Amino acid sequence: MSNIPSELKYATSHEWVRSEGNGVVTIGITEHAQDLLGDMVFVELPDVGDTVSTGDDVAVAESVKAASDIYAPVTGEVVEVNEDLEDSPELVNSDAFGDGWLFKLKIEDEGELENLLDAEGYENSIDED
Amino acid sequence: MTNKTVLHAKHIEAGAKMVDFYGWDMPINYGSQIEEHHAVRTDAGMFDVSHMTIVDVKGADAEAFLRKLVINDVAKLDVAGKALYTGMCNLEGGVIDDLIVYFFTKTDYRLVVNSATREKDLAWIAEQSADFDVTVTERPEFAMIAVQGPQAKAKVATLLNAEQTAAVDGMKPFFSAQAGDLFIATTGYTGENGYEIALPAEQAADLWQQLLDAGVKPCGLGARDTLRLEAGMNLYGLDMDESVSPLAANMAWTISWEPEDRNFNGREVLAAQRAAGDQPKLVGLVLEEKGVLRSGLKVVTADGEGVITSGTFSPTLGHSIAMARVPRSVKVGDTVEVEMRKKLVKVQVIRPSFVRNGKKVF
Repeated sequence: MSNIPSELKYATSHEWVRSEGNGVVTIGITEHAQDLLGDMVFVELPDVGDTVSTGDDVAVAESVKAASDIYAPVTGEVVEVNEDLEDSPELVNSDAFGDGWLFKLKIEDEGELENLLDAEGYENSIDED
Repeated sequence: MTNKTVLHAKHIEAGAKMVDFYGWDMPINYGSQIEEHHAVRTDAGMFDVSHMTIVDVKGADAEAFLRKLVINDVAKLDVAGKALYTGMCNLEGGVIDDLIVYFFTKTDYRLVVNSATREKDLAWIAEQSADFDVTVTERPEFAMIAVQGPQAKAKVATLLNAEQTAAVDGMKPFFSAQAGDLFIATTGYTGENGYEIALPAEQAADLWQQLLDAGVKPCGLGARDTLRLEAGMNLYGLDMDESVSPLAANMAWTISWEPEDRNFNGREVLAAQRAAGDQPKLVGLVLEEKGVLRSGLKVVTADGEGVITSGTFSPTLGHSIAMARVPRSVKVGDTVEVEMRKKLVKVQVIRPSFVRNGKKVF
């Protein structure tokens, strides 16, 4: 069973969300997701300043095996992207919940975080896969 | 019922991620397929290829039978141990499988065919051999380990006894030798030097462990695919199948047209195709920007449409490469387009060979 940190929120489409305070959240893909995808070779990220809505495909994680869309788990404005992934996409594999983060959003409605899964809910959702 | 090779426990022990490969539970990687790929390009890696099918063909008519069965001419083989890559076609000129033929004497040959096509290959070989004085024997009692990479031979050498060392001494590419219990061939599916070693199944786990201890990295099917694609080697079922002519699969070089009276299976159809010059061809594609070319994507050219047969990210080159079947009039050096994620992306057409012996070759 892969690691699912209890302090994060999750989407069923395998993104994780970490609240950084001041309405900013960091978003990445879970260890389970990177394990399914295999070695990452390119990560296409949104542009800083983009406004994204919940469910939009905003990024692409491309592994040796497949290209996978990444969806915005909440609505907001992109305030930072992980530029290290340009040269080191493998960070998504080696540290999915840490250095392999994808982008940060200034969230529009913090209440939206309540709609996401907690660790247990996410674990149940992947057990059903 | 899933088949397991005799090395299955060694894969689990090494932390392999296992997948179903045409009925065989095989390692896809042992962590990172890209690291495994680099190990083969820069040092030495090994693959369990025990799922592949070894078939011995012996008898007074062995040569005559194989001259009919395969599109290359085994009569060209005159040095014991020599290997030949070729295809086995049906009477319509479609590729039933690609294979390696090892020559020992004119009455004694060994074939190594794909595992995914085992049943139909064996059925076809049995049917085709009915009128020949040959015995066809599958050898499931052998396991097979491919050791590949610039340091592969040196690392294997540390494990060989004097007799085995003498048997492989100075062996050229595409040769084989029986060295005690080991059948050692200088063949492979990576574009690197190395050996493919067939041996009695009960000895395989020990050899695997000795190779591990000698610093050879275990590699899974994931790395095997990126390595073979960089080397421009076809994968049966993707780059060709029974609906595809060898002329459309970069296998024309494996056909012997001379002598004209050798009536190999599919000859009539293939000769007509060759005369007409109307078969598509298999080329290499290079995408230097982001993105990965994938099997099945449409190729748009000024001469008509084509399709990507195999595509991947090339770990050695750092960008995507592919093999594609396109109209024959498309030329090496042309720029064509591939439809990827709803947009057209420009790619370069090259000969279908990307990396050999660790180096870019285009």
